[in-house]
Amino acid sequence: MLLFYVFALVAVVASLLVIAQRNPVYSVLLLIASFGALSGLYVLLDAPFAAVIQIVVYAGAILVLFLFVVMLLNAPHEDTDEDLLRLKTINAATSRLRGGPMLFGVALASLFIVELLWALNRVTGAGRFDPAAADSVSSVAAIGRVLFTDYRFAFEVTSVLILVAMVGAVVLARREEAAPAPPARK
Amino acid sequence: MPSLTDYLILSALLFAIGTAGVFVRRNLITILLSIEIMLNAVNLTFVAFGRALGSVDGQIIVFFVMTVAAAEAAVGLAIVIALFRHRESLNPEAFTTLKW
Repeated sequence: MLLFYVFALVAVVASLLVIAQRNPVYSVLLLIASFGALSGLYVLLDAPFAAVIQIVVYAGAILVLFLFVVMLLNAPHEDTDEDLLRLKTINAATSRLRGGPMLFGVALASLFIVELLWALNRVTGAGRFDPAAADSVSSVAAIGRVLFTDYRFAFEVTSVLILVAMVGAVVLARREEAAPAPPARK
Repeated sequence: MPSLTDYLILSALLFAIGTAGVFVRRNLITILLSIEIMLNAVNLTFVAFGRALGSVDGQIIVFFVMTVAAAEAAVGLAIVIALFRHRESLNPEAFTTLKW
């Protein structure tokens, strides 16, 4: 019970700090902390397989890819309104309008929380987890058996998806060497 | 033992944080990170429901969601690199050529 609250607190606080940071490097590192806490929650839910792939695939591969791109681009800090005004990217009128979408986003997220808390508090019968079912859920062998029988088509499609994503990423990020002149910047 | 409702409330909080991040932040990388937060909130829901129903299907869906997230991150970051090369900015407001 205590562990649940510790992990939940770490996950929520780290996620809040992710969207509060101006420096994307700190955001990525805090998101790794958040995913570590989620991995602990998966262990509490008797899902060691999900916990391990959360660490290996998410923290180990995807977020390192993010970190790599952040450091490659070398543009760490988010532009403030003053920077944008100086760069003439926006004018003063749009600068004032920019508060609108932000307020809308915060209002939407708050409304979403209130609505979900209201709905979830009315749920009855979603009580305790059945301790007897823990063994059948936590077995990696059972996951593998289901994955390669019932979900074998989805599994194969996944490999095609990754191939397409790989080719797409290479094509998109490639520098065009044969281009006669760089496109005029607006 | 925390109940299923506790996990669902935590998941809702994380999803709302991700939603707020997409709207509030002005940095393409941070917006992609917020999308990752939302995907993970949904993963937590899948695992919690799978545990409550005594079925491994929840964890299998998590496996597929992570695969799609990896593909999305690879393509999304490639687009971010291409955009940054074009405009030298990560601010989504700098890419308004197609905006009506």
